[in-house]
Amino acid sequence: MKNEQISMALTDNSEASTLQKTGIILFASGILSAIIAAAGAGNAQPVLFFWLAFGLSTAGGLLYAYTYFKNPISIQNNGIFNHGISNRGAIAWLTGLLFTGFYIILYWFPQYLEGLIRATDTLSMLLRNRPADQWFLYGTIYTVAVLVMGIRFIGKYRHSRYQVVRTLSVMFFQTGFAFLLPAVLLRLNQPEFYFSYFWPLKYSYLFPNDVNYFLNSGSVGYFMVFWGAVMTFIATPLLTYNYGKRWYCSFVCGCGGLAETVGDPFRQNSNKSLLSWKIERYSVHSVLVLVSLATILLWVNSYTNGAVLGNFSGSFAKSYGFFIGSIFSGVVGTGFYPIFGSRVWCRFGCPMAAILGIFQRFKSKFRITTNGGQCISCGNCSTYCEMGIDVRAYAQKGENIIRASCVGCGICSAVCPRGVLKLENLDEKSRFEGYTKPEIN
Amino acid sequence: MYLKVVIIGNGITGITTARHIRKLNNAHITVISDETAYFFSRTALMYVYMGHLKFEHTQPYENWFWKKNKINLLQARVDKIDFLHKKILLNDESFLNYDKLIIATGSLPRTVDVPGQHLKGVQGLYHKQDVELMEKNTAGIRKAVIIGGGLIGIEMAEMLHSRNIAVDFLIREQHYWASVLPIPEATMISKHIAEYHINLHPQTELKEIIGDKNGAVKSIITSDNTEIECQFVGITIGVQPNVNFLKNSEIAIDKGILVNDFLETNIADVYAAGDCAQFIHPKHKHPAIEQLWYTGKMQGEALAQTICGHKTMYNRGVWFNSAKFLAIEYQTYGAMFNTPAKGDTTFYWEHPKGKIAMRANFNASNFTLTGFNFMGIRFRQAVAENWIIAQKNIWEVMENLSLGFFDPEFFTNHHQPILTQFLQQYPKPIA
Repeated sequence: MKNEQISMALTDNSEASTLQKTGIILFASGILSAIIAAAGAGNAQPVLFFWLAFGLSTAGGLLYAYTYFKNPISIQNNGIFNHGISNRGAIAWLTGLLFTGFYIILYWFPQYLEGLIRATDTLSMLLRNRPADQWFLYGTIYTVAVLVMGIRFIGKYRHSRYQVVRTLSVMFFQTGFAFLLPAVLLRLNQPEFYFSYFWPLKYSYLFPNDVNYFLNSGSVGYFMVFWGAVMTFIATPLLTYNYGKRWYCSFVCGCGGLAETVGDPFRQNSNKSLLSWKIERYSVHSVLVLVSLATILLWVNSYTNGAVLGNFSGSFAKSYGFFIGSIFSGVVGTGFYPIFGSRVWCRFGCPMAAILGIFQRFKSKFRITTNGGQCISCGNCSTYCEMGIDVRAYAQKGENIIRASCVGCGICSAVCPRGVLKLENLDEKSRFEGYTKPEIN
Repeated sequence: MYLKVVIIGNGITGITTARHIRKLNNAHITVISDETAYFFSRTALMYVYMGHLKFEHTQPYENWFWKKNKINLLQARVDKIDFLHKKILLNDESFLNYDKLIIATGSLPRTVDVPGQHLKGVQGLYHKQDVELMEKNTAGIRKAVIIGGGLIGIEMAEMLHSRNIAVDFLIREQHYWASVLPIPEATMISKHIAEYHINLHPQTELKEIIGDKNGAVKSIITSDNTEIECQFVGITIGVQPNVNFLKNSEIAIDKGILVNDFLETNIADVYAAGDCAQFIHPKHKHPAIEQLWYTGKMQGEALAQTICGHKTMYNRGVWFNSAKFLAIEYQTYGAMFNTPAKGDTTFYWEHPKGKIAMRANFNASNFTLTGFNFMGIRFRQAVAENWIIAQKNIWEVMENLSLGFFDPEFFTNHHQPILTQFLQQYPKPIA
């Protein structure tokens, strides 16, 4: 039996890192091609630059993702805090600046993306039967990013079927409901509608303008208004009661989908301090109040034909759209992934998350159960919580974790080295009851 | 005047005691530590080396917590204790008075007595400083040897593996941790270790460490006279109570500081708890020195009650422990040893792929559950404890095993194959 060796041909890390480097180089070439395309080359050679920009970056991303499947089936967090990209090094700040810059150009200076937009014309014609615009380009990048980084995520967490299932789910909803279906609707001359987004995240779906537009678009439009109302007012409370807010945030939502896939390498950078929790509560609920106000004002104004509020409600809604919809959710929320972690928008800004959170905290069967006295206070759960919840503070006391902000990603349970945490939906009554040591004799 | 409580040691035991005293009354609490300014989770040190965490992540409380809760933290070393005058002498020659003293100084890594033991690159792993030293000692090296196949040994192997350092792992037993794990479980872990290309050397001990001309490790010689090249030697043959500074004082010491079931030492108003304490009358089937995170925590909770005037006996409850061997999680409940306790019989099920297993021990004459081992299965502690205390009938246990499964949602439930095999081996008696 001495020196028994069982070889399972695990990759040695040098091979893995060669693959990773090749992937990164391919990806960088893709990005470079995209920049060249945007600078004008895309106008002349749209198809070539489509393949260069999307083909190279996707191929690079997939190669990089593939290396995660070669690693042993277990937690793959080695070196996270030794690398600048995942530990707020210079490269992380640079990436944050690039992301942020991209959003600023996308929202306010799309003319600088013209060449790249033209590169997606062929795809847009194919799917939507009309030329691309900046939002089609954005949707394409978004979807490809969720798919590629989703594959990486599945490779990284493939020891947990929960992680695999919910990642396949966000990949499906992003591709099907947030990319292909709206495109096909346009092709059929129907209103562009995202069946996976509801008020108040997609605030305009209950604004008078959108509602009237849908209602004037025939039976499909009626269904869209009906769908939006049912999802917001009936399905949301029911599903959240039964499963917690994760049914949306970690299985359906596109913002959540991007955070879980593209944002996963940065999840550890969310702030866990008590102070950040205090800020979060003020901030996220303020946004909910603002969007509710904007909606009410617009309807009041619509009923009174502008007699009561004049232009105020319109400009209020516009400001909301500008500051919250664009700056907060896009520029800050996604742009700062590498610095503040992956769920800045979901945590501090998303009004949908706020509503779901209120249900989850006060009326839901969902909780994260702590397994008795087994916690060793190591801190992996808190560190890898993208929502900045100090999970350990509850776990080490044997208390269940019931927090409005928890999106139920399940990573705390996955990274726990002692099997202490379990996300579950059980009888609502007992959910706050912590563990007490049973009496002996 | 408030009661003056001094606690030596800011590990899980000392800090738990301090926190629980604070919950109960207004005592003036001072916690002294030489190691770090703030409490951290010792069990998490490996993750700092592996880059999963930064050191600050291992600190369970934010730094403002201590001031807010009026727990004074003092980073200093205790040189001597004057038990007669209730005075502590610190390394900066200042004194500290106490009304009640709690010694929770934890452990020291055990050392080997072989030629070359003091060479550069030879070390144990226990303190924060050991990880910092390990960081230096392993910078840029290719090969390491670990001596001693316990929990710290496999942690160190995982740490080194994360840095692509080839590991030779010398253990005394035939299989990994066979002093505690039954052979099937120990074999499973040994195979798992090999999958990580960690080279396990069963029944092998360290004979000598060879140095190079700079006084650094070059290789080791094993008990069967094999030379293994390495630039690092991890000594993980266990820990011992950190009580050297109390030798030749009035306090009664055997291996650890001797305490009764109330954690009282032989000196009035002086208590000891955690790794450094040794029970004079250990409970049946329990060790005299309990060197676990969980036991330290529970001892601290009991001791705080006693300090605050509610004299409370330390009650370990149903034994439990857990660990993670590379990727395989392990949980154990009840009195589980490498062979069944006297009067017990055992049932073992292993998944065909060999990464998941469970064992239930039960009394051979009245068929009541006595304990569980789980490998790669998470199980609810409350369920296991209640069943063990209630001496639940083993057939009832096996039929209801799903009540205890704690694996995440969508994981495979192995209840059916487990139950089927159990009923084949132990057909249910007709009532």
